[in-house]
Amino acid sequence: MPFNQKPQKFNATINTVEIGCGEKAIKLGGESVFPFYTFDGPIDNAPKVGVEISDLGLGDAVPGLKEFYGDAATPAEMAKKAEAMEGADFICLRLEGGDPNGENKSVEELVAVAKEVADAVTCPLVVEGCKNVEKDADLLAKVADALQGKNVLLLSAREENYKAVGAAAGLAYNQKVGAESAVDINLAKQLNVVTTQLGVKAESIVMNVGTAAAGYGYEYVVSTMDRIKAAALSQDDAMLQMPIITPVADETWNVKESMASEDDMPEWGSKEERGIAMEIMTASADLAAGSNAVILKHPQSVATISKMIKELV
Amino acid sequence: MALSGIQIFKMTPKTNCKDCGSPTCMAFSMKVAQGAVDISACPHMSEEALASLSEATAPPMKTIKVGTGDGEYTLGGETVLYRHEKTYVSKTRYAVSLCSGMDDAAIEAKLAEIPAVDYERIGERMYVEMLYVNYAEEAGQDKYVALVEKANAAGRTLVLGCKDPEVAKAALAVCKDGKPVLNGADASNYEAMNAVAAEAGVVLGVTGADLNELYDTVAALEKLGNKNLILDVGCASVKDAFAAAVQIRRAAVKDQDRTFGYPSLVNVAKLAQGDKYLQQALVSLFTMKYGSIVVMEELGYAEALPLFGLRQNVFTDPQKPMKVEPGIYPINGADENSVCLTTVDFALTYFIVSGELERSGVPCNLLISDAGGLSVLTAWAAGKLSSTSVAKFITEQVEDKIKCRKLVIPGKVAVLKGDIEAKLPGWEVIVGPLEAVQLVKFLKDMQG
Ligand code: B12
Ligand code: SF4
Repeated sequence: MPFNQKPQKFNATINTVEIGCGEKAIKLGGESVFPFYTFDGPIDNAPKVGVEISDLGLGDAVPGLKEFYGDAATPAEMAKKAEAMEGADFICLRLEGGDPNGENKSVEELVAVAKEVADAVTCPLVVEGCKNVEKDADLLAKVADALQGKNVLLLSAREENYKAVGAAAGLAYNQKVGAESAVDINLAKQLNVVTTQLGVKAESIVMNVGTAAAGYGYEYVVSTMDRIKAAALSQDDAMLQMPIITPVADETWNVKESMASEDDMPEWGSKEERGIAMEIMTASADLAAGSNAVILKHPQSVATISKMIKELV
Repeated sequence: MALSGIQIFKMTPKTNCKDCGSPTCMAFSMKVAQGAVDISACPHMSEEALASLSEATAPPMKTIKVGTGDGEYTLGGETVLYRHEKTYVSKTRYAVSLCSGMDDAAIEAKLAEIPAVDYERIGERMYVEMLYVNYAEEAGQDKYVALVEKANAAGRTLVLGCKDPEVAKAALAVCKDGKPVLNGADASNYEAMNAVAAEAGVVLGVTGADLNELYDTVAALEKLGNKNLILDVGCASVKDAFAAAVQIRRAAVKDQDRTFGYPSLVNVAKLAQGDKYLQQALVSLFTMKYGSIVVMEELGYAEALPLFGLRQNVFTDPQKPMKVEPGIYPINGADENSVCLTTVDFALTYFIVSGELERSGVPCNLLISDAGGLSVLTAWAAGKLSSTSVAKFITEQVEDKIKCRKLVIPGKVAVLKGDIEAKLPGWEVIVGPLEAVQLVKFLKDMQG
């Protein structure tokens, strides 16, 4: 008696969202099965891997990153290198310098950086704000305007500023809207509901439902994503069928495992190796739980995660 | 198939004697059907009723034990596919692979690294739990048995990867007391392997060219009376291994197909041989999706730190909040004049912060207020960590016990500084760093 294989077939589908233009444009989502469950049905658009760069440059990055970017001095030069990184599908430019509690760069200055980067590369672009909700409302709207025609994804519209970011990106300038919520299925859904009520098409929204580094409250991340994919596919919940993007690097390079110096923790060995492992393992877990795209920093992590995706899809 | 309360009731003596603790046989039957009590609580069930009931009410996935003493691990026994439905019960266990085809120096080096990883994280000891000892035919039986003996001396629970019944028998002779797993049965050799495993009293690992072959082999082994099995998902490709791991678990738990109701073993050391980074990605994938034992080539600190953290998270009980008691925690021999730092009562935060404070060697008092067991930012966003909550805790529980009036607050809630100072006259509020790991330098600089 052979094994009675019972595929889980759903009549619902994750929305397909396209980012970028031309040959290198990418599609996120479009599947009717759980993450990597190709034995249940096809996954036409494999999950994608993005490379994070910042308007602030590299800061005190690990040697491998410094070596990779070499003499690239401006964000546009870095973007060119990032675009050529093995396994990279898109670039995520973070405009960290806009933070009023940090460098507080002006919106004009940052929009100019975004424009230079967009003009320097042909791969799809994601632009992330500085995380200050007021500043981002203004900044991301202006970036959306300046990059018209490039079909970029803007991160993020949040509960506090979705009106400004959503209206500019999703309605006025025809870009894609990233909807960011805090590790909770109800919050994710609520934000999608109000953003679509603004008039933004569901097919223009990508969700960032939050993440944590492995070991740091990560169980909530797993369960939030598991439940979102279940609701989207088995209950056909249209307000949770947006593909998921997860900025991984920002979480993983700031925890002790990746930050502690070798002098402080001699038995732990190479700091760079610790950081890479933390980035790879968190990204892999995010993809297993349901991310359709992950944003990473280190060339080794980008190559590895991209390889794993190719093996699985 | 799950039975209804009525079906179970029909098999009880229907005397309502109350010996089971339930008022009636019917009430008892309903509880059994819900899984709230075990059928054995009624002392008056007939043998045949018990036999048919225990088969029908048996859990979908068997619980298999391997190893002995401190190295005894429980595998399987899961009842759900997702952790939000119910807590996963048996953690993924990790094995480092050795092979008799490796040269002696490489083997020695690998064995020497095993004890290096050994630390505690939130009350749990983290270390390499198992060794996978692979048989390389060309190296011969003697070398293999010698390697098994050496690996056994390392004090970790063994998995023998060996498809040759004769060699397996010789290897088990030197290690069977440690209750290793013998992984090597397949469609071609299962009868002989079954005899070897049964004689040594160890768990048998089974594999197949595909899921159908595996299924048939398991069924054949069950027919021979062996239900002490682990299913090896195979090494043909990453894609096939993942498909097998998911479908085996899903068939058992969701579709109640008991032939696949066993724990699984995933050998990422073979799936991604020589590529330690891909192995890192895969060990995380198979921790999320249904690997009971995952074998890797390397498990040093770089791998262990994120991996054991991930496992600890994934296998926590969502019902049980991980909290510590609010109060004053003196560290490094602190007294009433030592500097104060404040944080929340979330266990993870407490363990991370107190660990760093200990590492600094600076005497200090860690003040933990009731924040509903949430992390710093979560508590702040939820209104459970505020200038009012901190000020109230300090006036009511700290001021009469501590003389020092310096308070360091977490960098992530720097915004609270002004309000806390306004509410706590006489106190100097200092904004600490964002991450606990930076506390060591911060405190030393503050002292100096
Ligand atoms: C897991 C999680 C949850 C879990 C809670 C688990 C728990 N027990 O805390 C759940 C799902 C319940 C949750 C809920 C919410 N969450 Co939440 N959550 C997270 C998540 C993913 C991880 C938190 C975590 O465990 N961190 C690990 C611990 C160890 O960190 P920590 O306590 O901050 O400690 C570190 C430092 O602060 C420092 N430190 C700690 N103490 C001290 C002391 C001193 C003196 C110093 C110097 C340093 C220091 O050391 C530690 C290590 O470096 C974060 C996002 C993220 N990636 O961080 C969001 C996050 C914290 N949540 C957020 C929000 C908004 C919420 C909600 C309010 C959402 C809502 N509207 O319902 C709710 C509130 C909870 C409620 N009402 O019950 C936001 C907060 C936004 C903000 N900046 O204010 C975050 C940042 C997510 C986001 N990006 O939006 N959340
Ligand atoms: S012990 Fe058995 S016979 Fe007595 S009431 Fe309970 S179920 Fe009925």
